[in-house]
This record gives sequence, C-alpha cells and structure tokens, in this order.
Amino acid sequence: MIAILGKKLGMTQIFTEDGKICPVTVIETGPCCVVQVKTLDKDGYEVVKIGFWELEEKKLNKPESGVFKKAGVKPYRILREFPISGLKVGEFITVEKFAKGDKVSVSGTSKGKGFQGVMKRHHFAGGPGSHGSMFNRAPGSIGASSFPSRVWKNQKLPGHMGSERATVKNIEIIDVRVDQNLLLIKGAVPGANGSLVEIKKED
Amino acid sequence: MNLIRAVEEGFKRDMENFNVGDTVRVLVKVVEADKERIQPFDGVVISRRGSNTRETFTVRKISFGVGVERIFPLYSPAVDKIEVLKKGKVRRAKLYYLRGKKGKAAKIKEKERVPLEKKV
Repeated sequence: MIAILGKKLGMTQIFTEDGKICPVTVIETGPCCVVQVKTLDKDGYEVVKIGFWELEEKKLNKPESGVFKKAGVKPYRILREFPISGLKVGEFITVEKFAKGDKVSVSGTSKGKGFQGVMKRHHFAGGPGSHGSMFNRAPGSIGASSFPSRVWKNQKLPGHMGSERATVKNIEIIDVRVDQNLLLIKGAVPGANGSLVEIKKED
Repeated sequence: MNLIRAVEEGFKRDMENFNVGDTVRVLVKVVEADKERIQPFDGVVISRRGSNTRETFTVRKISFGVGVERIFPLYSPAVDKIEVLKKGKVRRAKLYYLRGKKGKAAKIKEKERVPLEKKV
C-alpha cells in the first residue's frame, strides 16, 4: 500500500486527449516525511508515521519538538500512521509514487451541514407539498406501540450532519504533476477546499 | 487557487477573437474509424458564456430548414480552428431571440469596417 497526505485545493475541469471534458479535483500532495517507523517487536504493530505541512520550530511545545528531534526531521503540523512497508525515517513519500490511471481511495472530513432534518440527512421522502397537506418534512412514525414501548436503537432521526470522516473509493488519477506536487483526481473528493485529505493506493 | 489557475492555463490556446453576432466557421475534428478529418460548422455565434478554460460558445445555423445549435468549449482540442466569416452588429450579449425568427427577420446586420485612420 502507498498512502500520502494532501491539501484539497478545489475543483476544475480539464480536457482529456480525446477532447472530452473531465471534472477533476486538484490536490496539493506531499512530500510527506517519515517521522517514525513502528515495528512489531517494539510497538506491537507495523506502521509508518508520516508528517505533512511544515511548521515553525517555535510553534511546538517541548514534548512535540522531542518527537521531531529524535527523528532528526523538520517539524510537521499533521502526523498520520499508515501500514506502508519498506520506508526509513527521514525518507519522503512524493507524488511520484502515483501514476496516471491508478485507482485510489481518498478520505477526508466532509463539509459540516449542521443540524439537519431527516429528508436531507437520511433521504426520507417527506410528505406532499400541497393540497392542504400538513405533513411536509417530518419523519413520520418512529416505531410501533405497546411493543416495544420504546424507540429502537439506530432509528434515523434529525441531528448533526457532516463534519465526519468520509471516503471515496476507486477513483481514477487523471494526471500527476511532479514539479508542482499536484494530483488531479477524477470527480469530487470529501471536504472543503483547503482541508486535509488522505490518498491511498492498494497494491 | 493559483495552482488551480496554473492547471487551467495549461489548456489555453490562442483562439481567434470573435464576438456574439459574428458568423463563424468552426473546424471540428471528427474521428471516424481511426481516421481523423475536419468538419466545418458554419453559423452565427448566439452566446458566449463562462470564463477561462471553462468558456463555451453556441453556434446556430439553419440546416435544410431546421435550426441547429452546437455548443463548443472554446479551448476544446476537438475545435481545430475558428474562422470569422462576418462581423455582426448586435446590441445584446445573448441572441436567443433568433430562435423565434425566420428568414429575413433572423438576419444580423454586418458591422461596418472602421477605416484605420479614423480608429485612432
């Protein structure tokens, strides 16, 4: 597996070689520095901790700066763990690991929608809009009567929507711009512009 | 945002300067059984919309008595070349009113060429 962190810059459209328009998300990706390699003997599981978004030294507190000092790398704002093998501390993961046509999955934090009703949140159908109907966007019945005399768990109800981890799987890489550290991915990707995304490619 | 702009700029080409109301010939690349040939599409530009590489323009013509409109992305690789045949004199940015007109009523006045010495 290869994984990398990136910043979603936004969407645009490009022309493919056969003259068709393709919607793309532009992601500024890496380079991500390996800060720590966790091993089975020492830590109980095998991962690589990678850092992204360089940070000024003075913005770290002492325990944080110790992490980077020990590894002998520059300080980073974001640290994430991925099960990648064959990397050493101080090495960089760059966009070169990805190629045009690769299928990847992209995870991010979806846009927050606030407190939403069941029609937007769970795609309920709602009621008729007119003809004197007074049942418009309400959820309707949320369960039976004497049995079970309570509402079942996981009943779909209004509540907070968005701002949660979301993944889009199996999307295609349209282009890789190595000199600018850019990935162009077909279609939309979770999260607002400027937010952090994880890009993973399974072997 | 600038990096996105940079991605878009890469698809820009030098295109003929034309306006709404102009009669143009769009040379379209058509792929037929691995062979590429160029097909012209003549007509009046009735709208230009969008900005940057997202810009499109609509060309309207009357073909065998039937109105035909085609929308082209301005920087599409399928558009080989655009030739301006006539400059039109119009007072609107969108000429959708042409759709309801026939024959002489659908004609656009040609722009008079301004002599060079007067232009300064």
